[in-house]
Amino acid sequence: MLDISKIRSQFPILSRKVNGQDLVYFDNGATTQKPQAVIDAESNYYANENSNVHRGVHFLSGLATDKFEETRNTIQKFIGAKHNHEIIFTKGTTDAINLVANGFRALLNKGDEVVISEMEHHSNIVPWQMCCEQSGANLKVIPLLENGELDMLTFENLLSENTKLVSVSHISNALGTINPIEEIIKKTHATGAKILIDGAQAASHITLDMQELDADFYCFSAHKMFGPTGVGVLYGKEEILNELPPYQGGGEMIKEVSFSGTTYAELPHKFEAGTPNIAGVIAFKAAIDFINDLGIDQIAKYEEELLQYATSEILKIKGVKIYGTAEHKSGIISFNIEGIHPYDIGVIVDKLGIAIRTGHHCTQPIMERFNIPGTARISLAVYNTKEEIDICINAIIKAKQMLS
Amino acid sequence: METIKEIQEEIIEDFEMFDDWMQKYEFLIDLGKELTPIEEQYKIEDNLIKGCQSRVWLHAEEKNGSIVYSADSDAIMTKGIIAILLRVLSNQKSEDIINADLSFIDEIGLKEQLSATRANGLVSMIKKIKLFALALGKR
Repeated sequence: MLDISKIRSQFPILSRKVNGQDLVYFDNGATTQKPQAVIDAESNYYANENSNVHRGVHFLSGLATDKFEETRNTIQKFIGAKHNHEIIFTKGTTDAINLVANGFRALLNKGDEVVISEMEHHSNIVPWQMCCEQSGANLKVIPLLENGELDMLTFENLLSENTKLVSVSHISNALGTINPIEEIIKKTHATGAKILIDGAQAASHITLDMQELDADFYCFSAHKMFGPTGVGVLYGKEEILNELPPYQGGGEMIKEVSFSGTTYAELPHKFEAGTPNIAGVIAFKAAIDFINDLGIDQIAKYEEELLQYATSEILKIKGVKIYGTAEHKSGIISFNIEGIHPYDIGVIVDKLGIAIRTGHHCTQPIMERFNIPGTARISLAVYNTKEEIDICINAIIKAKQMLS
Repeated sequence: METIKEIQEEIIEDFEMFDDWMQKYEFLIDLGKELTPIEEQYKIEDNLIKGCQSRVWLHAEEKNGSIVYSADSDAIMTKGIIAILLRVLSNQKSEDIINADLSFIDEIGLKEQLSATRANGLVSMIKKIKLFALALGKR
């Protein structure tokens, strides 16, 4: 059993007030809060270790490089990758998807097909639209079912010998649906296509094993898993990353540069041009350690308990409709109240110290699918409590009274 | 006819009566509910204000030398805010609207009630109101 009050005490921000009230932070799908260990690691780097990585021969450069690479090894273990050079540091999930989409632009031909889904975040839509526009490939979209699950029958029909890449999210940020990615990966591979999984919402909630999953690419962001902003990971299978052309040119990513031609560095440096977010990468390890200490299975179990509780409580409010009622769901509740705009709910509960998200959650196609302007979204993390859910439910009831 | 300055002073007085944010919000919600809806034919893309989390439509026409606005939003709080803006700026002369110093917004604490993204929406609304005044005033 997790000791939630002990966990909470590690997050300084959770004891602050917002609008004179105790903060209730339910916007974890957007970004999670940071434990003291992550904050300390980031500040300790600048206070004691600051130096550029992979460059100098001096002591500090060696120290920074060792710590930087330690995070890479930690992540390799965390996601069960075969090699540490299959871990590419990026700015975040968006950057990771753009890296792959940019590479595929050169690999795709006219008539090839890329398959995404209707539930994708804009960052897993727009890079593929750009990639297809420039390569002449066609973009196919797996539709959503009414309960927020993917229409797997249509998915199978969309797959063909023309399919070159499938890119879907592990967990929907707007609906909470956990997609059957094992099945999606198998079916994609059966056609000979490659697959990318957007794991932004999943990496701190579900145990990952890349070798078992067999995904070709998997990406996630540190800031959604208690780590710093501006750091993300692209995992890619060695042989595919070797085939993929580099993304950005610059320092670090080269072997030799001359005006007659440049050769590129080996993995992972080939995809890590320029000075990276060293402090962020080093602090990311503290975030992974935090998750490992709690145990991701324990986290998932507790979050499931919170999700069940919050779902049953919110459904007691008359007029509430939850979007995303998939059988397998993560701790995300997207809802509307009949006759009330989600924005109005968000504005009022904010005054009561509660942070929820309102709007389209960067998933406009989902909103279009359900014909709504947006939703109010509660997204849970391991430091949340049932008491906070009660406070939030009361605030929503108060907002409803004021607005109707 | 009351001037923009006079109406602003009245609104400041209205808001002085409120002790806390909840009363202010309830007042805004009431204003939103009372706002005369825009005619359906004016709810078009051109009249949509960008930069708001909720959708806001604004229409303007000239009547007897004054600019008359109508507006609507799908969110009630937004409607309340735009109702206040229109109470100040509708039925005024174009040059008065363009030159209006809307200091009442800060005085009634409207901006601090709104987070940054919503305050951007407020700025977009004022900009669109003034642009309409500029366009119609030139005719």
